[in-house]
Amino acid sequence: MADTRADGFVVFDHVQKSYDGETLVVKDLNLDIAKGEFLTMLGPSGSGKTTCLMMLAGFETATHGEIKLDGKPINTVPPHKRGIGMVFQNYALFPHMTVGENLGFPLEVRGMGKSDREAKIKRALDMVQMGAFINRRPAQLSGGQQQRIALARALVFDPQLVLMDEPLGALDKQLREHMQFEIKHLHDSLGITVVYVTHDQGEALTMSDRIAVFNDGRIQQLAPPSELYERPKNSFVAGFIGENNKLLGVVEDIADGRALVRLPTGELIDATPVNVARKGQKTLVSVRPERVEYKPELLPEGAHTLEAEVMEFIYMGDIFRTRVRVAGSDDFVMKSRNTLGQRVLQPGEKIRIGWAPEDARALDPL
Amino acid sequence: MADATADLAGASPAKLTTADGRPLKSALARAQAKARRRAFLLVLPLLLFIVLTFILPIGQMLHRSIFNDGFAANMPQLTQWFVDNPVGTEPDESAYAALAADLKSAAEAKTIGVVGTRVNYEMSGTRSLFTSTGRKAKNFEPPYMQAVLEADDKWADPQLWGTMRQVSDAYTANFFLAAVDLARDTEGKIVQAPEDRRVYVMLFERTFLIAGLITFLCLLLGFPIAHLLATLPLRYSNLLMILVLLPFWTSLLVRTTSWIVLLQGQGVVNNTLVATGILTDDTRIQMIYNQMGTIIAMTHILLPFMILPLYSVMRPIPPSYVRAARSLGASSWTAFRRIYLPQTLPGIGAGALLVFILGVGYYITPALVGGASGQLISNLIAFHMQDSLNWSLAAAIAAVLLAAVLVLYWLYDRLIGIDNLKLG
Repeated sequence: MADTRADGFVVFDHVQKSYDGETLVVKDLNLDIAKGEFLTMLGPSGSGKTTCLMMLAGFETATHGEIKLDGKPINTVPPHKRGIGMVFQNYALFPHMTVGENLGFPLEVRGMGKSDREAKIKRALDMVQMGAFINRRPAQLSGGQQQRIALARALVFDPQLVLMDEPLGALDKQLREHMQFEIKHLHDSLGITVVYVTHDQGEALTMSDRIAVFNDGRIQQLAPPSELYERPKNSFVAGFIGENNKLLGVVEDIADGRALVRLPTGELIDATPVNVARKGQKTLVSVRPERVEYKPELLPEGAHTLEAEVMEFIYMGDIFRTRVRVAGSDDFVMKSRNTLGQRVLQPGEKIRIGWAPEDARALDPL
Repeated sequence: MADATADLAGASPAKLTTADGRPLKSALARAQAKARRRAFLLVLPLLLFIVLTFILPIGQMLHRSIFNDGFAANMPQLTQWFVDNPVGTEPDESAYAALAADLKSAAEAKTIGVVGTRVNYEMSGTRSLFTSTGRKAKNFEPPYMQAVLEADDKWADPQLWGTMRQVSDAYTANFFLAAVDLARDTEGKIVQAPEDRRVYVMLFERTFLIAGLITFLCLLLGFPIAHLLATLPLRYSNLLMILVLLPFWTSLLVRTTSWIVLLQGQGVVNNTLVATGILTDDTRIQMIYNQMGTIIAMTHILLPFMILPLYSVMRPIPPSYVRAARSLGASSWTAFRRIYLPQTLPGIGAGALLVFILGVGYYITPALVGGASGQLISNLIAFHMQDSLNWSLAAAIAAVLLAAVLVLYWLYDRLIGIDNLKLG
């Protein structure tokens, strides 16, 4: 599943982890992370992503398999000798130390002199625009400020690799989006490798070079954000990333990279086969709401359409969100941009909807 | 809208009023008065209870440490003579007349023993002098000087007269002096007590030393347990907590006597050591009825008072702090010393203060297992309360103990800060 490049900066090689000896939390993880990459581990809680991060940081030991950092196996290296920066979910700023002392701590335990230390602390604080707060205590800072300090502390000793465990989870939406860009900019300007864990797909899509979607202890798909969103490999990824319409059916015909799927109501739809290979297979067709069209002139030639009844129309400002009844289920959603002259659909209105075959993916039935 | 602006402009910030013109402050006070009265009524029973059962008895006891009218109340005429004549006046006929009259009336009122006891506190061997002369006092005829001296020539002793002058004042600091091994000589100067009577300072020192040692041992033993309690999964930590609390639910007497069973010469520990060949019958260790017994039993009894505050401080410390320190390059020892330990200081302070203060005042365990060398100052207080009946001295010793503890408390506040105290 993972591409096995030889020059991986961080390598997980057939790593397994079990806490109780009965169930595997991480099942056969293979992952190569390139130097300078921003890799996000994305998944629901309990999917094993945090465990992977903790194994990399050295707080958990792998039950089986090998983890390599810069070519050297680190399974037996204690956490403080790995030289990995880490940002924790609750920041973990030491409450009995000032901001300056917090940042000085990693330098002090490395035996750095006082003047060198002060220069580095100042540089790191300036990097996150917190230079004025050097003498404050963490309790005197807001959540966003604490987050910046935690970030500066993880970077102050110039680690090659920085791990972030849901670092923005405790912030409000606006601040979170702002911090996403800041972290991304720091990553770009410093050239460090970042492994980022989150369950927020928006965060993952915004920041990452590549995203590893975790579920049930396995990587479901490892791909850049655009590919992950547009070409999900299976139903889990399709359902987890972004909003998604699902239609269950049976493959009627399959040829030339096109599939014709018959819905239980007897209607036919177009799709691109992903996890199906032959006629008669059950499949789950996944269509993004913004790719559904109801104006015939916008549909490709010969596209199949479905009869739909408008159930609900929601005005969301920049977009309209229309819920329609299709093929017996009434949770089918389509989104259209609020452009000049866009029609406002009325509940009860009958329309015909369709999509380009490339936009519908015939996946494994979940 | 225009009205409101005018109102706002008219009202100066110093004199805010309500809509009907009353001052805002008094309106607020009136609005809250009823709630405050009701709240006060709710705490009133407890307040009365504390005043009646805590503040009054302690105040009375403390008062006793500087006030003893055993002499002044029962020897009014001689007391008056001491007031009228300055220090150094030779006792003349009038003094002996007053003494004879007081001895007679005190003997009749059967309070002569009280007077004798009071003088005896300051000058031993004088109680019998008072009682025996008191019996003869009803037959005294003038000249009284001769009559009294005929009854017992010890009455001519100038030291006795000096002592009587001192005790004729009901308010005295002598009990406090005695509590720190000092005394007054005949001229009223403060000197060290005779060597054979200096016990209190040594006992205070021993008490503070042993309490300090017990505090240290409790910290040493309690810290890992508290940490375990705070980090184990709830299922196991609850069980462990019950084991920690179990001693609380067992009678103090039972726990102390079970230590006697374990530690005595023919006890379980010694027998085991002999049976395993580590000791022989001749080298059995004396572990009870001495300081060691006091230290072992009190450490055991006071341990929960150390563990509970520590636990309550450790429980909310998230493991991510130590993890963060480790990821930043600190070895596990450095992470413990620089990150974990400082955050447990409020618990250490609270536990240490609690154990130390309880230890300083502990009575029953040293009394049962302390022997002679394991007695603490509280045992002496009890002795003066129950056996020697010198309540004033007992009160003075207790007051010194209280003052020492308050000084410690003040020191703690200065060094660590009382806001950092976390008891639970």
